[in-house]
Amino acid sequence: MASTETPDPWGAAQAAPAGLETGSQPSPDSDPILEVNGLVKHFPLRQGIVIKRQVGAVQAVDGVNLQVYPGETIGVVGESGCGKSTLARLLIGLETPTGGSIQLTGREMVGSSGAKLKAMRRDVQMIFQDPYTSLNPRMTVGDIIAEPLEIHPDVVPKNKRTERVRELMSLVGLAPEHIDRYAHQFSGGQRQRIGIARGLALNPKLLICDEPVSALDVSVQAQVINLLQDLQNRLGISLIFIAHDLSVVRHISHRVAVMYLGRIVELGEKEQVYNNPQHPYTKALLSAVPNPDPSQRGKGNQIVLEGDPPSPANPPSGCRFRTRCWKAQSVCAEVDPALEVTSSGAQAACHFPGETPSRPGVAA
Amino acid sequence: MSEPDSVAALETIEGAPGTPTSSVTEAGKSRTLAGDAWETLRGSWVFWGSLVLIAIFLVMAAWPGLFAHADPRDCQAMRARQEPSGSAWFGYDVQGCDVYARTMYGARASIIVGSLSTLMAMIVGAGIGVYAGFYGGWVDILLSRVTDIFIGIPILLGSIIILSSIPTPPGSDFLNIAKVALAISVLSWPSTARVARSAVIQVKQSDFVAASRALGASQSWMIRKHIIPNAAAPVIVITTISLGGYIGAEATLSFLGIGLQPPVISWGIAINDAAPYIRSTPHMLLFPALFLSLTVLAFIALGDVVREALDPKTM
Amino acid sequence: MFSKKTEELGKPEVDENQPLLRVRDLSVVFRTREGSAQAVNKVDLDLARGQTLAILGESGSGKSVSAKAIMGILDMPPAEITSGTIEFRGKDLLTMPEKERRLYRGQRIAMVFQDALSALNPVYTVGEQIGELFQVHRGLSRKDSKKKAIEMMDRVRIPGAAARVGDYPHQFSGGMRQRIMIAMAIALDPDIIIADEPTTALDVTVQAQIMELLAEMRRETGSGLILITHDLGVVAETADVISVMYAGRTVEHGPAVDVFANPAHPYTVGLMESMPRLTGAGDRLYAIPGLPPSLLNIPAGCPFAPRCPRAEDICRQDPPPPAVQLDGIRYAACHFAEEVVSHGIH
Repeated sequence: MASTETPDPWGAAQAAPAGLETGSQPSPDSDPILEVNGLVKHFPLRQGIVIKRQVGAVQAVDGVNLQVYPGETIGVVGESGCGKSTLARLLIGLETPTGGSIQLTGREMVGSSGAKLKAMRRDVQMIFQDPYTSLNPRMTVGDIIAEPLEIHPDVVPKNKRTERVRELMSLVGLAPEHIDRYAHQFSGGQRQRIGIARGLALNPKLLICDEPVSALDVSVQAQVINLLQDLQNRLGISLIFIAHDLSVVRHISHRVAVMYLGRIVELGEKEQVYNNPQHPYTKALLSAVPNPDPSQRGKGNQIVLEGDPPSPANPPSGCRFRTRCWKAQSVCAEVDPALEVTSSGAQAACHFPGETPSRPGVAA
Repeated sequence: MSEPDSVAALETIEGAPGTPTSSVTEAGKSRTLAGDAWETLRGSWVFWGSLVLIAIFLVMAAWPGLFAHADPRDCQAMRARQEPSGSAWFGYDVQGCDVYARTMYGARASIIVGSLSTLMAMIVGAGIGVYAGFYGGWVDILLSRVTDIFIGIPILLGSIIILSSIPTPPGSDFLNIAKVALAISVLSWPSTARVARSAVIQVKQSDFVAASRALGASQSWMIRKHIIPNAAAPVIVITTISLGGYIGAEATLSFLGIGLQPPVISWGIAINDAAPYIRSTPHMLLFPALFLSLTVLAFIALGDVVREALDPKTM
Repeated sequence: MFSKKTEELGKPEVDENQPLLRVRDLSVVFRTREGSAQAVNKVDLDLARGQTLAILGESGSGKSVSAKAIMGILDMPPAEITSGTIEFRGKDLLTMPEKERRLYRGQRIAMVFQDALSALNPVYTVGEQIGELFQVHRGLSRKDSKKKAIEMMDRVRIPGAAARVGDYPHQFSGGMRQRIMIAMAIALDPDIIIADEPTTALDVTVQAQIMELLAEMRRETGSGLILITHDLGVVAETADVISVMYAGRTVEHGPAVDVFANPAHPYTVGLMESMPRLTGAGDRLYAIPGLPPSLLNIPAGCPFAPRCPRAEDICRQDPPPPAVQLDGIRYAACHFAEEVVSHGIH
């Protein structure tokens, strides 16, 4: 059969050389690539037909602090509406923050514009969730991957660009001969590889992956996850991996941030967060993940949260999780808990972190 | 594991389960969008049929003399309203002019009015639509309201006012034709604008536009590379469909006596002249009307089949 | 919408001694412009009262098409059922007249769809939509059917059911809408509930609620549940029996515990190994190489052979026996099923 795929990534996927399988070594001692402080994004809610007055705001992201170090993967988990996708769009500059700062290798992104902002954009790229709407159907694969190079013409000289595109294609496991094909001729997994190649074109330091595998079939998900890990090892880039699938996030991340209603409620090394969750929401989230072992059925101590998350337009006072929390006390309604280091080593925003009472009750 | 290259040649079923409409790709064969569209069009008899008709009408408009040897302006009252015969295939009209010759020569005015109106309506309509859709906000509100106002004007009433308030420059057929085209396009760009605007808004929300924006692309880059290529298909369709409609509008206006004025020869004028005699001598009306309908139909059919072929999702 | 058709009142009579559901040799072909796509290929399924059967597969595996065929809601054309029987309590649903078949739909076999928002009609209140079932099938008055609707909403634990019965679907959250779908599915006390990816669009905490509700409803009503999903975790938590589908065929079938503990088909093994685990270490995932075949062009021999690390020449030439029996209760469509069970695929 004719070759339509370079043999590399899958081949490598099965027989990773020693030293690759442990993942890259993040270096938390060096300066962070990205430093986010007090990041806020409120979407105003307006009413009125002719004259629109503001009647409130959706607090999509409300005071997020985060550092990303070179070569590390930070997983961001949370339910829909928790603000994780807005966070991604803020970091990539698709939304303007209402407040706070985003520092990229020491340079402030918030408030920058023009050439200064454009230069910064090179260092952060994004992989989108939907491999169908994220690629222009009227452009060839070559044009799609070359677009970043044309927008930033000084990165690669014009006569070297095709070569660079071919290089990127083989890097992500696509056959460079397919440079003139259109995206619709590829399957979902291959299209996601095209998106990854586009994201890597400018040699970014940070790649933001917004649910990059949730639209893919199970058997193809693993290919893309392995590819992202290989690329991180090879290129030393940092990843922010946003997903609702806790198992995938655990697999790929070094550190994990759990978001609820626009805030990070727990942040720590993945072992800390997954093995010894401190925030009740993290506990509930983890216990809701189905256990893929039928012989363990019914043995887990599942915490079924009642109801839905409150609207981010009107979050509860104090701790935002208190309306669904079985530990909530009166202090939770009054004082907003700060993100503080707990006994597990991870940071959690809870007045009563740690052990769950033996029998979780219904929400207060 | 098996060799990856052998497995990759297999294609997958895309989309929702139960709708196996995959694109089957032969390994190693590079396909392009235009190539795919051509593949689809090649086998379509509607495409070839409408293309041949349009080609004939275009040649007719450019060199009517190739088709008709009689002089369309050679009118003799004694031949008035004669039935079709061996010497005059379509018969003679009220003034005794050769209907066949006048039908051939009439193509030019009709097609020029149609093309000119389409061109003007498309440039203005698509421009305004793209601008409103892409920038949104106040720009959009303002332009959309202006569009609504123009849509609210009945096309006949509007063109009667426009055409009767601009005096016809004497002695120039072309200025007469241009005046009619202007009246039609002034009143018909809003439909193109609406289609363009909604297409642009839809494309604007795609992730690939977000990706481009996140790279720091300029607005003109995004409009050129992403918005226009993806919003073009519906605009092309409405344009080809309306081209037929504009030729019809010209005929209507001429029929009402406010469009093209004699000595210009057009299908609309011919239909207008023949209308009172429809019962006694229908041939005078039949032939110009037939050519008019065929032209309109050919453009509409072409627009439809091209749209289908250009849509990457249907392949 | 509220027309009462007297001939539709009441459930069709059935013989309770016959097996609940017995599908044999079911094949569905889609006629497309590019050719015939074999979406379902000689599938057998059995479901007993109170049992949960999970059909596991990726998009294009034929799992949803099979479910739609059982429910009788396939779009024909382009689909065409080319062979097989679907017996409900001994009666073949495929050969009975459409008028009779309609009596089974909703009353004997009900369905919960993936996308509750598009499955519910946006211009009617949820109360009207649940109540309609009672009006059409049970001949209840408008007033009584509204009472019934509230009762059903209570049963699926929608808070403040009496107050929310007049709300429209868009006024509910995703999880609540899925509860309404379940209320509609169980309203007429069906014997079989088919849930097609019921939690795919939901968050994990809501997914847990909905799966719990489905299990509870199945226990309460004693109906059989067919769960169509691609999520191994959901299957492991709820299924008694699993059928794994690939390229339109059942490749493995057996009790959930056995299939998970010791899968017998290389595809099942691949799926399990390619899934990251909540408790797993951060080592590499096994990735099944390549892509599923096009249904228009399924390879000769075993359809999984081009992606199978275990494949030998025989796999590429001869289709595997459809059901290699293992330990009396499990089946796998693989030439090397016994070796796979005992030695894995590597």
